[in-house]
Amino acid sequence: MSLTLDEIQKIARLARLRVTPEEATQLQSHFSGLFALVDELQAIDTEGVLPMSHAQDIALRLREDKVTETDRRDALQAVAPQVEKGLYLVPKVIE
Amino acid sequence: MQWEVVIGLEVHVQLNTKSKIFSGSSTAFGAAPNAQANAFDIALPGVLPVLNREAVEKAIRFGLAIGAKVNRTSIFARKNYFYPDLPKGYQISQFELPIVEGGTLAIQVGDQEKVVELTRAHLEEDAGKSLHEDFHGMSGIDLNRAGTPLLEIVSEPVMRSSAEASAYGKALHSLVTWLDMCDGNMQEGSFRMDANVSVRPKGETKLGTRCEVKNVNSFKFLEKAIDFEVRRQIELIEDGGKVVQETRLYDPDRDETRSMRSKEDAHDYRYFPDPDLLPLQVSEAWIERVQAGLPELPQALKTRFMADYALPLADASQLSGNKAVASFFETAVKTLGGEGKLVANWVLGEVMAQLNREEKSIDASPVTPQQLAGLLKRISDNTISSKIAKDVFAAMWAGEGEADAIIDAKGLKQITDTGAIEAVIEDVLANNAAMVAEYKAGKEKAFNALVGQCMKASKGKANPAQVNALLKQKLDA
Repeated sequence: MSLTLDEIQKIARLARLRVTPEEATQLQSHFSGLFALVDELQAIDTEGVLPMSHAQDIALRLREDKVTETDRRDALQAVAPQVEKGLYLVPKVIE
Repeated sequence: MQWEVVIGLEVHVQLNTKSKIFSGSSTAFGAAPNAQANAFDIALPGVLPVLNREAVEKAIRFGLAIGAKVNRTSIFARKNYFYPDLPKGYQISQFELPIVEGGTLAIQVGDQEKVVELTRAHLEEDAGKSLHEDFHGMSGIDLNRAGTPLLEIVSEPVMRSSAEASAYGKALHSLVTWLDMCDGNMQEGSFRMDANVSVRPKGETKLGTRCEVKNVNSFKFLEKAIDFEVRRQIELIEDGGKVVQETRLYDPDRDETRSMRSKEDAHDYRYFPDPDLLPLQVSEAWIERVQAGLPELPQALKTRFMADYALPLADASQLSGNKAVASFFETAVKTLGGEGKLVANWVLGEVMAQLNREEKSIDASPVTPQQLAGLLKRISDNTISSKIAKDVFAAMWAGEGEADAIIDAKGLKQITDTGAIEAVIEDVLANNAAMVAEYKAGKEKAFNALVGQCMKASKGKANPAQVNALLKQKLDA
């Protein structure tokens, strides 16, 4: 299985990456290599094997419902590019 | 052409835990921006989610309450999309194996009952908030809400009118507050509804193309948004057009839905199991414990109220919509030792009206259920009329004391002595010759006017039934 250049561009767009046509061609061959690995996995007979959602066969640990964090806004915002009135500022997201 | 409306609802219920679903930050509403957004919530590199046990327990409680299947194993998945109020670039949600599957909820539309099937309910994290006011052409991001636990409850597309959709919304709202899993505050966004709406020719079994209507934060707006959307789709199709599957925003100011401009790939979420979270296992013992702790549910209570107190469906259903109201009613009726219908009338009438006027919840009622029972006792033993009882109730509400004390102090005891009532009637007849003449000329209305005069003359204290009978006797003699 291999991907078309249009599909490569769609994946790039979903990941918010700008990909030049040259890069797309390069990625196409990288992806094809990956798909070859997937094909090998697909070929294995998994009849009767339950699907796993995680590589480790143990159960999730849970925590008690307690507030353990304190307000560290000033420290956290010290590394933000732009803040105002306690808000993180980002380029406008609606037109 | 006859059209059939098809509606399914997705409701985001904020679970009222103290801390967030995957971090130890507080979930309290109204804190200063980002004061409750810590390293995990703002997605600093290297942070890992740890699931809140209480959020899981509330989801289990909901699943058991609607008779659903609670999955012993469920899986968290990443829902990928980019938006600044979702700092990780994905929302942790459940996709393939949600914690709750199936279940039903009974709703009431008019005097009809209908059972709505549910598809699923899954745990996920809420996003932050974007503020688009002017920050020099930028958006401000507050991540306090990011990570608040949500249970997204999805119904099957089985509702056939906006009234049914809103009845379902109300029943669900009442259930989640009843179960103490959500504070139900719609203004603060604790209970948010999206409606999937489509239409199809009557008799058609295939579903039409649906639109998702977002941003409805009240039951009234839910009905209006659906009504608008249904009209829009029918007109579109009848004019030869086609409904395009899209997300639309409801604008309550203009009472219309508008298309949300979204990119073509917006709905390609590329779900996959979150490698940071192992499968969630729910033990039999845990489920049994939650089951044992379930309160009597609204539906069961409604049925019991109808059976125990001979209430009509409408009253029983209103009283069982809210736990505090139900308990107020039941305490009053038990204190009084019966007369369910009388108590229901007063709780749903005077008590509710006063509470609404003063925007109080029933827990804050200045008249306790025991005091109300004390008042109603005096109606049922004919000490006072219902009309006088309203004045006594107002005095009780104002803190003037118990019903009996007020009745005594104000001399409000009903006059049931036949002689005394006859004296009042004689007086009224003598002073209202014109009305008497009108009545004798065949004007029935004049009779009511005369009753009114008698009640007035007795300052409302004469027993109305006796006034009626005695007056008739005198006039027709």
